[in-house]
Amino acid sequence: MALERSDVEKIAHLARLGLNEADLPRTTDALNSILGLVDQMQAVDTDGIEPLAHPLEARQRLRADVVTESNQRDRYQAIAPATDSGLYLVPKVIE
Amino acid sequence: MQWEVVIGLEIHTQLATQSKIFSGSATTFGSEPNTQASLIDLGMPGVLPVLNQEAVRMACMFGLAIDAEIGQHNVFARKNYFYPDLPKGYQISQMELPIVGKGHLDIALEDGTVKRIGITRAHLEEDAGKSLHEDFSGSTGIDLNRAGTPLLEIVSEPEMRSAKEAVAYVKAIHALVRYLGICDGNMAEGSLRCDCNVSIRPKGQAEFGTRCEIKNVNSFRFIERAINSEVQRQIDLIEDGGKVIQETRLYDPNKDETRSMRSKEEANDYRYFPDPDLLPVVIESAYLDDLRATLPELPPQKVERFQSQYGLSAYDANVLASSREQAEYFEKVAAIGGDAKLAANWVMVELGSLLNKLGVEIDQAPVSAEQLGGMLLRIRDNTISGKIAKTVFEAMAAGEGDADQIIEARGLKQVTDSGAIEKVLDEVLAANAEQVEQYRAADEAKRGKMFGFFVGQAMKASKGKANPQQVNQLLKSKLEG
Amino acid sequence: MHQLTLAGIARGLADKSFSSEELTRALLQRIHQLDPQLNSFISITDELAIAQAKAADARRAAGESGALLGAPIAHKDLFCTQGVRTSCGSKMLDSFTSPYDATVVARLAEAGTVTLGKTNMDEFAMGSANESSHYGAVKNPWNLEHVPGGSSGGSAAAVAARLLPAATGTDTGGSIRQPAALTSLTGLKPTYGRVSRWGMIAYASSLDQGGPMARTAEDCALLLQGMAGFDPKDSTSIDEPVPDYSASLNGSLQGLRIGLPKEYFGAGLDPRIADLVQASVKELEKLGAVIKEISLPNMQHAIPAYYVIAPAEASSNLSRFDGVRFGYRCENPRDLTDLYKRSRGEGFGSEVQRRIMVGTYALSAGYYDAYYLKAQKIRRLIKNDFMAAFEGVDVILGPTTPNLAWKIGAKNADPVAEYLEDVYTITANLAGLPGLSMPAGFVDGLPVGVQLLAPYFQEGRLLNVAHQYQQVTDWHTRVPNGF
Repeated sequence: MALERSDVEKIAHLARLGLNEADLPRTTDALNSILGLVDQMQAVDTDGIEPLAHPLEARQRLRADVVTESNQRDRYQAIAPATDSGLYLVPKVIE
Repeated sequence: MQWEVVIGLEIHTQLATQSKIFSGSATTFGSEPNTQASLIDLGMPGVLPVLNQEAVRMACMFGLAIDAEIGQHNVFARKNYFYPDLPKGYQISQMELPIVGKGHLDIALEDGTVKRIGITRAHLEEDAGKSLHEDFSGSTGIDLNRAGTPLLEIVSEPEMRSAKEAVAYVKAIHALVRYLGICDGNMAEGSLRCDCNVSIRPKGQAEFGTRCEIKNVNSFRFIERAINSEVQRQIDLIEDGGKVIQETRLYDPNKDETRSMRSKEEANDYRYFPDPDLLPVVIESAYLDDLRATLPELPPQKVERFQSQYGLSAYDANVLASSREQAEYFEKVAAIGGDAKLAANWVMVELGSLLNKLGVEIDQAPVSAEQLGGMLLRIRDNTISGKIAKTVFEAMAAGEGDADQIIEARGLKQVTDSGAIEKVLDEVLAANAEQVEQYRAADEAKRGKMFGFFVGQAMKASKGKANPQQVNQLLKSKLEG
Repeated sequence: MHQLTLAGIARGLADKSFSSEELTRALLQRIHQLDPQLNSFISITDELAIAQAKAADARRAAGESGALLGAPIAHKDLFCTQGVRTSCGSKMLDSFTSPYDATVVARLAEAGTVTLGKTNMDEFAMGSANESSHYGAVKNPWNLEHVPGGSSGGSAAAVAARLLPAATGTDTGGSIRQPAALTSLTGLKPTYGRVSRWGMIAYASSLDQGGPMARTAEDCALLLQGMAGFDPKDSTSIDEPVPDYSASLNGSLQGLRIGLPKEYFGAGLDPRIADLVQASVKELEKLGAVIKEISLPNMQHAIPAYYVIAPAEASSNLSRFDGVRFGYRCENPRDLTDLYKRSRGEGFGSEVQRRIMVGTYALSAGYYDAYYLKAQKIRRLIKNDFMAAFEGVDVILGPTTPNLAWKIGAKNADPVAEYLEDVYTITANLAGLPGLSMPAGFVDGLPVGVQLLAPYFQEGRLLNVAHQYQQVTDWHTRVPNGF
């Protein structure tokens, strides 16, 4: 099933990627080419096979509930694009 | 048309851990913006989460307390969406395999019955930060101190049928998490937040109507009002020929109405998948056995014990056990006063309305359990009547001291000397000779009512201090005499 | 001095033939002089390097020793390095000065290594040619018109050109082994969980693994020793003791069972590469190895599965690049959506955007089972193939790549053409197994690599086989013209 231009626009919106109007046909072709490769999977018989999320199938280790971090705001905000009064700034959000 | 209301709740409880669920940042409320936001909380490139064992323990405690199946194999998933208070662009949550499975909780209703509410699941997840919409030169400010605070999201079945039931359920959850010590329950600080799923359907219809979700309601009072106003909105809409659309709404307490949150509507394709940075959390049954041994006595057991040990009704037992503090207060009063039913009555009625009036919780009650228990002793040994006791109670609340001090200082001791009571009665009968004649002439049926008149006069004359039983007895013999 | 390996440098520093500072200054000068031809560095950290070299010399003077004390290296530019730009080859992070060190960076610094710079790479490690970097393509020192492979192409080109003895890399689908093969280096991708991922900017979390790139197996052993080990900050890091890798180098290969998967020698493999691989097999047989043919029947499904799993994880991993807390932010965003879309649209290059979109699509409602879950099932089939194969053999051997290094730009028209270059390497990532590529000859002046795979945590075995092979061959000692 090939992606249409509108599918690509929808995906790009979900991923918050601003695509160039001019690049859309090329992007659509490229994605369809990749999905063509990926779709070869569908021929594989995986009945009864458990999905494998991590190669070693280990268990999660847990951390002790201890505060180990101190205030580093100035250092961390030194690399931020826009801050004010210790806050990160974004364009006004309307709820 | 008769409408039935259907309510299901999602309650987010902040777990009372020292550090965040996936980082070593403090969880203290009210710190300067972004001073508790570590590399992990900020979602810096290259950082990785490590799960806090205390969050897991607290979730398991909750699961045990609601008699739920605890997931032995827990998987954390990423819920993907873009929002500025969500630094990584995904929230680490649980989707398919939550830590707490199906359980239930009993709630006490006002009509004295007890209703069992099913809990679908409860899962661990991380909290988001906060968006501050005050004006920062036309921008929104983002504070990520709260980002990564552990949450246990408790999802109920759609089994509540009124706003009052919903509030009773939230109160029961609130009480439970505080019994367990896993959440401070501070709703003003957002430690316990509620999303209400509300729909209506014609009475008798089996299918559910279309529901709306009211987001983030943060007090018991607002939960009730928000649900009621949403129910009314849906009824008006449908009765006007409209249709309810499934959407997220926000309750505005100032206008007492809900409004649509369009910002949350678009693109709710969360693309859940197992978080590859975290491995499955395996919970052994031995761990749960050890944990079970540390559970405090919980509301259901307490309710049962209050009924069997003290002979209380199911409703009274439920009300008294609804908070750990209240249950402890009651038991202390009962132990000192020596009469559990009397204690239950005083705690629920007089103390309850006092606290309500003052707007404080029981741990700030102006009358201590010791004081109230001491007063009950005086009722039981006939030093004061139940009526006088109300005066004593008010005086204790006003800080005038213990019951004995107040009784002494105000001369409230009940008169039980029959000679003294007879003297009062003789004066009353003499002053109302006409009524005495009428009484004696009347038939049995009429006498009852007239007898009350004499009792009232006698109590008035003794300034309420005469022992009422003695007054009754002596009066009867004098009138019949 | 620039021809020295890490092992040679260790000896020279120990017997005081030269100081770390002298060596560091010489190599920095060489980098400044020659790298403009290669573009293998994104940042050259002169000041940091001199300071670290002086500190290493002081530690040595105070009586400390250690194979890596004073050894100059470079880090692939996705290892966060405190106070240094860590760009991931992306415009998105061009302005990102890391506020912290990756565990790999911290451990190697602790061992006394000297960081000469940060090496070029495919943007966010997505590529097999090192052409997708925001900082431009890297050139292969064996032929400047050809790609060095990717995504650790900068590390590969720099080490192959003798700008420095060794560098770190990362491998998600072959990104250490493939460029090592195309530049005649030895490169090792360790077992998943062997090297901490803390501070290693994620591409695909369940596949990414850091590892050493050097000219010899002996040097890979030294560098891996400094990188490997349990890290409580990485939940997927494995708490297993780290063996002495150098001590494992000298074991005999007598009786070693080597499996040749028939699927690795089928259609698509350049026959000239096949011949060199067979020649390497002959050498190993002379050393006592026993050769068996084996089968990995699901190998052909690895690329389709990989191009679901890796983009899916990447689409989520790269959501944090939103122009809010660090990195690129577009000019004058109109609203929040505009901030996101333009910052990400302008900050990410086209290959990164494509993979984000493929991953977003694969995870979206209605497609999850058919794509993501299906791929995870195939992943288990691939792991099962390996587990079965390792019942009968100790290591698996085959070509690292199906083709020689191609000309820059030759595979730009269709992304899939480049994806297919990882056909032999990708399975080790899906199964989490250790894999190594070692130099095995040249075709038309371009290097060819042989890949070895071993069971979990048997990095020592891979280094042993490669080291023994390198005792009887000299491919790894060849120097590209002009370097």
